[in-house]
Amino acid sequence: MLTDNCVACHGENGQSLGPAIPNLGGMSQTYLLGAMLAFKYEDSNKLMAAIKSDSDFKDVNPLIRNSTVMTTIAKGYTVSEIKAIANYFSDQKLFTAPQDVNLSLASDGRKLHEKYCVSCHKNNGKSSNVDAGVLVGQWKPYFLWTMSDYLDGSREMPRAMEVLVNDMIATSGVESLQQLANYYASATP
Amino acid sequence: MIKNLQRRNFIRLGSASLLIGAASVSLPNIVRGAQKKVVVIGGGAGGAIAAKYIKKSDSSIDVTLIESNKTYHTCFMSNEVIGGGREIGSLNHNYRGLKKRGINIIYGKATAVDVEKNTVVTGMGDKFEYDRLVVSPGISLKTEDIEGYDDTAASVMPHAWKAGVQTGLLRRQLLEMDDGGLVIVAPPANPFRCPPGPYERVCQIAHYLKNHKPKSKILVIDSNDKFSKQALFMQGWEARYKGMIDWVPGTDTGGGVTSVDSAKMIVSTDFDDFNADVANVIPPQQAGEIAQQAGLADKSGWCPVDLGTFESKIHAGIHVIGDASIATGMPKSAYAANSQAKVCAAAIVASLNNTEILEPSYVNTCYSLVAPDYGISIAAVYRLSKDRSEIKSVSGGLTASDASPETLRREVQYAYSWYNNIVADMFT
Repeated sequence: MLTDNCVACHGENGQSLGPAIPNLGGMSQTYLLGAMLAFKYEDSNKLMAAIKSDSDFKDVNPLIRNSTVMTTIAKGYTVSEIKAIANYFSDQKLFTAPQDVNLSLASDGRKLHEKYCVSCHKNNGKSSNVDAGVLVGQWKPYFLWTMSDYLDGSREMPRAMEVLVNDMIATSGVESLQQLANYYASATP
Repeated sequence: MIKNLQRRNFIRLGSASLLIGAASVSLPNIVRGAQKKVVVIGGGAGGAIAAKYIKKSDSSIDVTLIESNKTYHTCFMSNEVIGGGREIGSLNHNYRGLKKRGINIIYGKATAVDVEKNTVVTGMGDKFEYDRLVVSPGISLKTEDIEGYDDTAASVMPHAWKAGVQTGLLRRQLLEMDDGGLVIVAPPANPFRCPPGPYERVCQIAHYLKNHKPKSKILVIDSNDKFSKQALFMQGWEARYKGMIDWVPGTDTGGGVTSVDSAKMIVSTDFDDFNADVANVIPPQQAGEIAQQAGLADKSGWCPVDLGTFESKIHAGIHVIGDASIATGMPKSAYAANSQAKVCAAAIVASLNNTEILEPSYVNTCYSLVAPDYGISIAAVYRLSKDRSEIKSVSGGLTASDASPETLRREVQYAYSWYNNIVADMFT
């Protein structure tokens, strides 16, 4: 019942038909918990306190993030409902959104992925460390917006990621983001 | 692996039916008697979802969906057709997906409900029995409330409040209008389908005029004094269509448009007459015809229901969802209908199976397109109040008034994503 309300926007089983609302199916439970808790609490201190107060959240990284409607929607759910939602979508199959891909950009993206991203976004981005997002098959606009939010500080990056992303931008320029977006959009799970 | 599982389930099922068979000699009768029947009238944002989710959660229930149109046009996103940003064909959807799920699709108009015998009759004279009936007919237009607004007037001054032919008509009239023309938009008195709809439409018309007929003006003769997302819309009008839109609240005209003369293209309030080049007159509304006909509506013209199950407070065993229902606390939107349909479906399945009804949960999200790169939204999560008198918002919010241009751009892409996902939820 709870997650039936999510699918009108995020697609059946969390497989979004796009062009921009992200797929949720197959994301790790910790990642989904992190997202919903960050939307619910918004403020860094409140988020930290909520994570510390519940052993189910021990792996969740307290990183704040911006949104359009999700900060409103997440506030409508209790912590136990958020756990149920995260459980459900993490149990669903990973989905590769059908989208146009520039293969030459994707091929450059692959090299960047292997140099900068693979340590946390494992297996060509098909799986991830507990708190990291699964990147394969994600909608390109969503990926690019997320990266731009990371870079302008409206979404918080984990320390390790910050170092790698800054290094990548300094070395390969902002066009590296398009290359990565095309790579993850082209890879199949 | 999967094959093995299926096989194992098959064997289990097989032995279970063998057991029943051994316990009773009249197995076919038991099976036939056990099949519960649900009929759903109306295959829109509410009805299509109710049919699908009932079938999805209990495939043994016989579900029949009665819908007049083989091709369904969504009202949502139809304003973008009027503005020229979308082809009308992209609003078309069909019922093949629901049929594949095992739902019986009947193309026809439900013309009568016998609440004593639990049957629905269609215009073709076919009769359908039900254990539970879901009525999701949307709205009917109270054209009689606007003097002179007959069928002819509706083809000259389109309401475009039911998508399809009317949408195309309004679009065509804008294309044919000369630069410098006056477009009148007349929103109806509350409550009506899609509260932000008239104002999004004003944006879409303004967007078209700005680019193609920039000397033209839009006059909004409102029946009400305030409207949904008002501050955000007015901010958008100022930012993108400055000097083009004049909004007149209901108090200034004694309550908006009261009569029309479609031959002379005159739209009148109690105080003034206005000459329009294009007139979009949206009449006041009430629950769809079949709800009126079946006696499901009260004096207000809308259908009172239990807010946790959407069962009619007038006729037991019949549920009314979507625009037609009095869902106190929720707006008459597609998303609200979608969410209500899921609550209603769960309640019906639980009641047919004598299981406990889960606590309902409701959501609404509604996007409006101010311009191709400028979207705004409203969202809320709701719970049933303890005394069941209200579907109470527990969190709600709008696009921030200081949202960045980037956020407004994203809202548009999120609106398109919402559309793609909600129609897939309805029709696949």
